[in-house]
Amino acid sequence: MMTGAINLLADVGGSYWLPPRASGYAGASDWVFWFIMGICIFFFGLVAALVVTFAIKYRHREGVVTDTAASHSTALEITWTLIPTVIVFIIFYYGFKGYMAGTVAPSNAMPIVVNAVQWSYSFDYPNGVNDSEIHIPINVPVEFILSSSDVIHGFYIPAFRIKKDIVPGRYNKIWVQADQLGEYDIFCTQYCGLDHSGMRAKLYVQTPQQYAAWLDKKALEAASIPPVDHGKAIYTKFCNSCHTIDGSASTGPTWKNLFGYPVKFADSSSLTVDEDYLRSMILNPNNKIVAGFLPVMPSFQGQLKDRTHDVDHLIAFIKSLSDKGQPPALPGAAQPTTKP
Amino acid sequence: MSVAVPNMNVRVAAGRDPSDNYLNHSRGLLSWIFTLDHKRIAIMYMVFILANYLLAGIFAMLLRIELLSPKPWMLADPEATKQLYNNMFTLHGAMMIFLFVIPAIPAIFGNFVLPLMLGAKDVAFPRLNLLSLWCYGMGGLFFVYVLFSGVYHAATGNTLPGGFGLDTGWTFYTPYSTNEASGGNVVAATTGAFIIGFSSILTGINFVASIHTLRPKAMGWFKMPLFLWSLYATSILQILATPVLAITLLLLIAEKTLHIGIFAWKLGGDPVLYQHFFWFYSHPAVYIMILPAMGVMSEVMPVFCRKHIFGYAFIACSSVGLAMLSFFVWGHHMFVSGQSALVNSIFSLLTFSVAIPSAVKVFNWTATMYKSDIRFNAALCFALGFIMVFTAGGLTGMFLGSLQTNVPLHDTYFVVAHFHYVMMGSTVFAFLAGMYYWFPKIFGKTCNDKVGCWAAVIIFVGFNLTFFPQFIMGTKGMPRRWATYPPEFQIYHIISTIGAFVMAAGLFTVAYNWVAGLLIGPPAPPNPWGGNTLEWATTSPPPHDNFAQTPTPGDPYHLADWQYVNEKQGWVKSPATSEGPQA
Repeated sequence: MMTGAINLLADVGGSYWLPPRASGYAGASDWVFWFIMGICIFFFGLVAALVVTFAIKYRHREGVVTDTAASHSTALEITWTLIPTVIVFIIFYYGFKGYMAGTVAPSNAMPIVVNAVQWSYSFDYPNGVNDSEIHIPINVPVEFILSSSDVIHGFYIPAFRIKKDIVPGRYNKIWVQADQLGEYDIFCTQYCGLDHSGMRAKLYVQTPQQYAAWLDKKALEAASIPPVDHGKAIYTKFCNSCHTIDGSASTGPTWKNLFGYPVKFADSSSLTVDEDYLRSMILNPNNKIVAGFLPVMPSFQGQLKDRTHDVDHLIAFIKSLSDKGQPPALPGAAQPTTKP
Repeated sequence: MSVAVPNMNVRVAAGRDPSDNYLNHSRGLLSWIFTLDHKRIAIMYMVFILANYLLAGIFAMLLRIELLSPKPWMLADPEATKQLYNNMFTLHGAMMIFLFVIPAIPAIFGNFVLPLMLGAKDVAFPRLNLLSLWCYGMGGLFFVYVLFSGVYHAATGNTLPGGFGLDTGWTFYTPYSTNEASGGNVVAATTGAFIIGFSSILTGINFVASIHTLRPKAMGWFKMPLFLWSLYATSILQILATPVLAITLLLLIAEKTLHIGIFAWKLGGDPVLYQHFFWFYSHPAVYIMILPAMGVMSEVMPVFCRKHIFGYAFIACSSVGLAMLSFFVWGHHMFVSGQSALVNSIFSLLTFSVAIPSAVKVFNWTATMYKSDIRFNAALCFALGFIMVFTAGGLTGMFLGSLQTNVPLHDTYFVVAHFHYVMMGSTVFAFLAGMYYWFPKIFGKTCNDKVGCWAAVIIFVGFNLTFFPQFIMGTKGMPRRWATYPPEFQIYHIISTIGAFVMAAGLFTVAYNWVAGLLIGPPAPPNPWGGNTLEWATTSPPPHDNFAQTPTPGDPYHLADWQYVNEKQGWVKSPATSEGPQA
């Protein structure tokens, strides 16, 4: 809090109002912001000054008789109707012009698919890499294709002054061209349930060389990764907002010693956790509700891909966390695979 | 129109008993529950609405306390804390909107004052009026049930029919609200809002009918008090917009319970369609909330400035203009939903047109102060607070109407601050101004004016301390409806929470002032402020049938004939004219 107070004071005269800017569009947006702010300060100052002056000057004083004033003046009233009319339409024009300039992505924009699910993001790159962070090269237009598989989410990057809802059943699009290297926040701005405020991610603007190196590294990792490690990566991307792996409590049951142990359900039935149970819970989570938990888990059908054995590897990871799930038992498709 | 209630121990006096008033005219609980007297209905609304205001205000304080820390801290379990937070902001919003801000001024002051201002004995349809009161009561019970189901679940772990709590936000956005697994007791809450909607519709019908049919011959449309103009405009909105909300909520219930695909994308529906339906009501509803407040302002300003309202016709027409324009701007709530750029542009343009009538009103109230003779009574202090807060709230709306600046500010604390300046700030300031203005008429007692003025100052300071930091937070990117947040926003949240406590202290000062006024306040004269509208032409409190003899309306803002006479400690009308209320 102390540092917060210092920041607040240090902010004065600097970026007191707005967050850092990382694109040319953000600069244009801020220009409109300050333009409107100027008009606001002028009119608020005018009204406040008049109210305070009149309140002091024309307060009731015993024995003082004030002059009378007219109770209407058509010329004055038409004037103060027309002036705001002109001003608001000027403001409309600048906001409209700037907005339209940012609506259509250049045809050479690099597409990145944003997958939103309660309560995390994952991002698909053109070369097939999927990650929980966005890395983009500087000065290259990038288009985000927004996709949700459960409820409406938001996709907001304050540094770029852009935002769009991620609406299930359709693809919304939004684009940026970053001109500042750095690390920036991504926030979910459309209320999406219990851990809405935990739905955040990071975006990194990098030089083209850094970006290419990062992308290669991720592609290599995805190709050579052992199933348990791949499962752990999926866990970090989708599951860790609700499930712990160290036995501590969270929104969902912990995965430590989950496999091979009995589990009790809200309807008082129970069973011993096996691969089939885990698979059905990942794809249809609310078929059975574990006693003491809420039916809030989204389905990951479609999020986890058969092509890359996501579900199998996630199960392998869950098994690795249990003292009853140690190798060698991985049936069927979940055998360790060597990737092409 | 006599509204005697049979079998109710009505005191029938042969002559007119001067101590007889609507409060002591008949006795017993049933004489209140089944009353057809608009004044008693207004009192019952007042009790219910203030109780809901207190409850929803407590939720707001819990939110502010939780937000002192970036991490969940109020309960031992962080997940339960987030759950609590999400429930609190939903119930705070839903109850404030549906149970407090929308009905507050029309249902309390509208019901009490409208027939009096018309010189009438009651509203046009007294039985309908009683029905709308109990619709409000019924709808409120559903919200009580939602609240109870949440508390019950937290205490026992069991779930009542329909689910527990409510965590959709007051907007009930689909598909979150229609998912079987989420949202809490959505069906109960929307049913409640549906029923309360009828209270709103019936009151609107009643007011429109009353203004058309009960207006005395001498009171032409442009001789009406401006409060009636604003109630008329509000009523039109209530009649035309509220049924859309009712239909929308029914569709939501149908989808949730019968799985009919209207908004659910998995069933072929469109989630954004819900937002269009919802805001087609809820944007006009913003004007249902603010228009009556503007009406109160137009009564309070001239009376305490001792000067004719400036630009009567412009104020009257701007009320109707606002009401009409408010139907064409709902799309600005969906600027970032994926709505096309063309539609966004049209809605942005239309949105800016709403700024004009609002600005005109502010200029008119300010001009009313010019060369006036201002009495700093509590009502005026709140009214001056209104002008400041409403101007700030209205001007910040321009950032949100402009497309390019809307996008980064959408769904952030900037929006939260903006609508609290307009609703919590403006409407509540006008509500309190109205309460201080009509308190002597309603209860026949006088409040301590000095305490009221100090309360206005405390609330004004607390209000700005609470909500101004939220503007800054919003521009910096803090999203709304977040139970946790990055630590760099903490300082703003702390200032905001301190402000909330200051504001609460001011509001409790007001409550204390009213209770003290009720219990030990000196009796109020018929016309304590020297007003010229007809409610001041009868005794305080008014008799059961409102007027001993039918008053003659004059220019409602011709105040020059009323002089304060020190020897009489009251306002006396100079005998030169015979129009308007007599002393």
